[in-house]
Amino acid sequence: MTSTVTSPPARSAPRKRYREVDPIGWWLKALGGLVIAFLILPTLFVIPMSFSTSTTFQFPPTGFSWRLYENFFTNPVWLDSLGNSFLVATLTALLATTTGTAAAVALSRLDGRVARLVRTLLMVPIVAPAIVVAIAVYIAFLGWQLTGTVTGYVLAHTAIAVPYVLVSVTGALGGLDPRLLKASASLGASPARTFARVTIPLISRGILTGAIFAFIVSFDEVVIALFLRSPLFQTMPVQMYNSVTVEIDPTISAASSLMVVAVTFIFLLPQLLRGRRRRR
Amino acid sequence: MSSVRIGGTRWSSWLLLVPALALLAGILLVPLGKTLVNSVSTPDWTLANYQHLFTDGVTLRVLGRTARTAATVTLAALLLGYPYAYLMTRVGPRARGILLIVVLIPFWTSVMARNFAWIVILQDGGPVQSLFALFGADHVVLYGTTAGVTVAMTQVLLPFMVLPLYSTLGGIDRRLLLAARGLGSSPTAAFWKVYWPLSRGGVVAGGILVFTLSLGFYVTPALLGSPQESLVAQLLAQRTTILLDFAAAGALGVVVLVVTLALVAWANRVGGTVSAIGVVATGQPRERR
Amino acid sequence: MTSRRSGEPGRPASAGGPAGTGQGTRIRLTNVTKDFGHATPAVDDVSLTVEPGEFMTLLGPSGSGKTTTLNLIAGFETLTAGEISLDGADVGHVPPHRRNLGMLFQNYALFPHMTVAQNVAYPLRERRMDRRTIAARVADVLALVQLTGRDGDHPAQLSGGQQQRVALARAIVFEPRALLLDEPLGALDRNLRSALQGEIRRIHREVGSTFVFVTHDQEEAMTLSDRVALFDNGHIEQVGTPQQLYTEPETLFTARFLGDSNVFELGSGGVGDQAGWDGERWAVDPDTIAKHPGVTERAAIVVRPEDVGVVRQRADLPAGANAVAATVRDVEYLGSYRTLLLALGTPRVPGRARVSAIQGDYAIGDDLVAWWRPRAQRVVAA
Repeated sequence: MTSTVTSPPARSAPRKRYREVDPIGWWLKALGGLVIAFLILPTLFVIPMSFSTSTTFQFPPTGFSWRLYENFFTNPVWLDSLGNSFLVATLTALLATTTGTAAAVALSRLDGRVARLVRTLLMVPIVAPAIVVAIAVYIAFLGWQLTGTVTGYVLAHTAIAVPYVLVSVTGALGGLDPRLLKASASLGASPARTFARVTIPLISRGILTGAIFAFIVSFDEVVIALFLRSPLFQTMPVQMYNSVTVEIDPTISAASSLMVVAVTFIFLLPQLLRGRRRRR
Repeated sequence: MSSVRIGGTRWSSWLLLVPALALLAGILLVPLGKTLVNSVSTPDWTLANYQHLFTDGVTLRVLGRTARTAATVTLAALLLGYPYAYLMTRVGPRARGILLIVVLIPFWTSVMARNFAWIVILQDGGPVQSLFALFGADHVVLYGTTAGVTVAMTQVLLPFMVLPLYSTLGGIDRRLLLAARGLGSSPTAAFWKVYWPLSRGGVVAGGILVFTLSLGFYVTPALLGSPQESLVAQLLAQRTTILLDFAAAGALGVVVLVVTLALVAWANRVGGTVSAIGVVATGQPRERR
Repeated sequence: MTSRRSGEPGRPASAGGPAGTGQGTRIRLTNVTKDFGHATPAVDDVSLTVEPGEFMTLLGPSGSGKTTTLNLIAGFETLTAGEISLDGADVGHVPPHRRNLGMLFQNYALFPHMTVAQNVAYPLRERRMDRRTIAARVADVLALVQLTGRDGDHPAQLSGGQQQRVALARAIVFEPRALLLDEPLGALDRNLRSALQGEIRRIHREVGSTFVFVTHDQEEAMTLSDRVALFDNGHIEQVGTPQQLYTEPETLFTARFLGDSNVFELGSGGVGDQAGWDGERWAVDPDTIAKHPGVTERAAIVVRPEDVGVVRQRADLPAGANAVAATVRDVEYLGSYRTLLLALGTPRVPGRARVSAIQGDYAIGDDLVAWWRPRAQRVVAA
C-alpha cells in the first residue's frame, strides 16, 4: 500500500475505529450469541429452581425459600455424600498430581517410540467411554473387594484424572528454558536440587492447575461412581442421581446450583488472574 | 545419543514413570484385559459372546440407534459449531478467548447439574413445552425422547467440534474469499467453492471426534431418554448390574472401546484432535495464530 | 612461542602478562572426539591445553565444533573418545554439577523466579555457606560488575547488558577454577558488545581464573584473548596468539577467517625462493613459508591489504617489490585511508589494498600496479 505524497487534511473527529473492508455480519454475531446462550443459559435454570418451595421439579418454581439449601447442609444423606466427594476428590487430586507431574517430567526427558507410546496410553482415559471403563473397573474391583471403598474410588478416579494433570504440567514444562537447567548444573546443583529449586517453582502454576482439574474431575464424576457405590458410601453426584431416579428430591437444585457456581468460579479464576497479570 | 541429561539419567526418568504406569496398568489395562479375556472365555473359549451381539435382536438395534443419535449430534454440532468457529477467527484476541472459555464451560460444569437442568427445561409442563405452545405446537414432548437427549449432548460436545474446526479455519487465508468475490462469485458460491473445501479437514476431524464421544454417553440418555429408546451405554449398564451377564457386557464393551479408539486415532490423523482434547482438558486457550 | 598481546590502540594489554600465571585451572584436551552419529564427528581428535589463568578463545564458523567442545569441557556432553583433565585430574566421568566450572550463556539463563541477589547467591547456597558469608560475597561481586543496588530486582526488570553482568557475577561468585563463556555477547547490540567486552577483560584481569570463550566473531576473539584456537569442521586449524594467527597463518582457512587478505593460489608444486603466478615471478622470503605439512603440496600466497601499495606504472615500483597488474573495482572511503577493491591479474582475482588519502584519488576502472615486499607475504597451505 503506497502512501500519497500529500496526505489529506486530518479529520477533526478522533480516528478511533475504521471501517474494515469486510466487517463481521450481524447474522454471524447473532448466531454466535445464540450459541453462547445455548451453552450457558440452560444450566443456569438450576439456580432459580434452588429457591423453590415445591416438592417437585416444576418450573417456574413457586415461592422463595432457602429450605433446599438448609436441607442440603443439614440432611445427613446429603452431607455424607458431600463429605465423601470432598474426601475422594482431595485424595485423588493429591495422588493424581504427584503421579501425573512425575510422569510429565519423565516424558519431557525421554524420547523415542516407547516414550511416545506411553504418552498416548496415558491419554486414553480421556477418550475411552466412561461406561466401558466403569464396567471393567467394577467387575475387577468386585474381585479385589474394592467396591464401595474410599481406596477403590480414589484409585479409579486417579486413573482418569492423571491425563489432565499430564497435559497441564507438560504444557508448563514446554515453557521451561532448558538452558536454565544447564546453568543450574554449572553452578553446582545436582539434578535433584535443580529439580527442586528451578523446575518445580517454574512449573508450579501448571501443577496447581492440574491439581484443580483433577479435583473437579473426581468431584464431578458420575458413571464410575454409580458402579462402585455401596449403600454406605455414595458420592454427591450419585446422591444427585438418586434424587432424580429413585426419589424425587428437589434438594438436587440446591446441590446443582452450588456445584455450578463453585466449578465455574474455580474454572474462571485462572483465566481472570492471567488477564489481570497481562494488563500490568 | 549420549548427551548428558541435566535432569538425571535415562534410568531415573523411567523410574518417575512407574507410578503412572502402575496406575494405568492396574486400574485400566488389567480390568480391561480381564474383561476382554472373560468375554472370549465364558462359558468356553469361543467368540460366542461376540456372535450373540449380532443375534440377540437387541444389540444391533441399540447400536443402530446409538449411531443415528451420534450422527444427529454431530450434524447439530457442525451446524452450530462451524459459524461459531468462523466467528472465532474473525474477532480480536480478547473476544476469542471469551468465546473459547464459553464453549468449554458446559464440559466442565457438573454433569448432574447440567442434566438436571435439562430435565427441568424439557419436562412436561416445562419452559420448552410452553415455548412451543406459544407457537401453536401443543404437547411437544422432548423429555424421554431421543430428541431431548440429542439436544443435551450437543451442548456438551460442541467444544470438540469447535476446536479442531477453529484450528483449521484459522489457517485459511480470507483473502481467497475476497479474491473469489472479486472474480465475480456471489458470497454463497465463494463460500462453497473456496472456503468449504479448505475447511473440510477440520470438519472431518471434529465430526469424527464428536461422533465417537457421543457413542459412550450414559448419564444423559439415562436421565433424559426412555428405557425403550436406550443407547448402548444403558444396555451395557443393564447387562452388568441387572442381568449380571458380565461376559455379554464385556463383549459389547470391548466392541465399543475398540471402535472408539480406532475412530479417535483416525480423527487424529486427519488433524488436530489430540491437541483439541488437550485444550479442553486444561481449559486454557492456546492461540493458533 | 612469543606471547605478546596485540591490543588495539587505546586498549591496555592484559596485565596478567604471559599465559601461565594466575590462579586458574589447566584444562587439557587430549584426542577428544565427539560423534553424534552424523556423517562426520562434531569434534574430531582435538588436543588443546589451556594454561592456568589464560584467556583462550575457541573461534570458528557455525558448526565448527567449538560449542560442542565447550560443552564437553563443561560436562554437558559425554566424550566419544579422548580425555579431558582439569589440573591433571581426568573429569570424563564427573557430572557437570561437580566440575566447579562457571558458565555464561548467550541468553543469560538467569532464573526468572529469583531476584538478582538470589540468582547470584544460588551457587553459594548449593555449597552450604552461611548467610553472612553469602551476603558479603554477593555484595562484593555485584560491586565488581557494577550492579550494586539492583539486588532486589528480577531479571525481567533489567536490560540485556545488565542481565549478562548478573550472569557473570553469578558465574564467578563461587570462585570457579575456570569460566566457560558460550557466545555470551551474541544477543547484544554493537555498542553494548564493546562495553561488555571491556568488562570481561577487566574481570579476567582482576579474578585471574582461566577463561574459555567461544565466539564466531574474529574481531572479538582478537580483542579479548591471550590465545585463540581456530576451529574448522571439528578440528583445530591453528592455535596461537591473535598476533600469530594474523601475521603467521599456517593455512588458507586461517588467513581467510581472520581479516581480509589478497590470496594467490599457486596450485601444486613446491615453493622455492621464487613463486610464479599468472606470468609474474615473485621473490619468496623463506622465513615467510608456513611450517604446515601441507604447504609443500599445495600452497597459496597471502598478503594483507595494509601491506599492499599501488603505483600507476611498473617503472614507479620500489626495488625488490613483488607486483601484479590491478584494476580498481570499487573504492571504500574510511576517513584517513581508503580501501581499494581490486581485480588482480588476468584471472581478475578479487583483492584489496589500503592506501592513505594523501596518495591521491583513484577512480573505478583505473589500471594500476599493486605491489608488496616479499617479507610481507605469507606462504600458507591451501
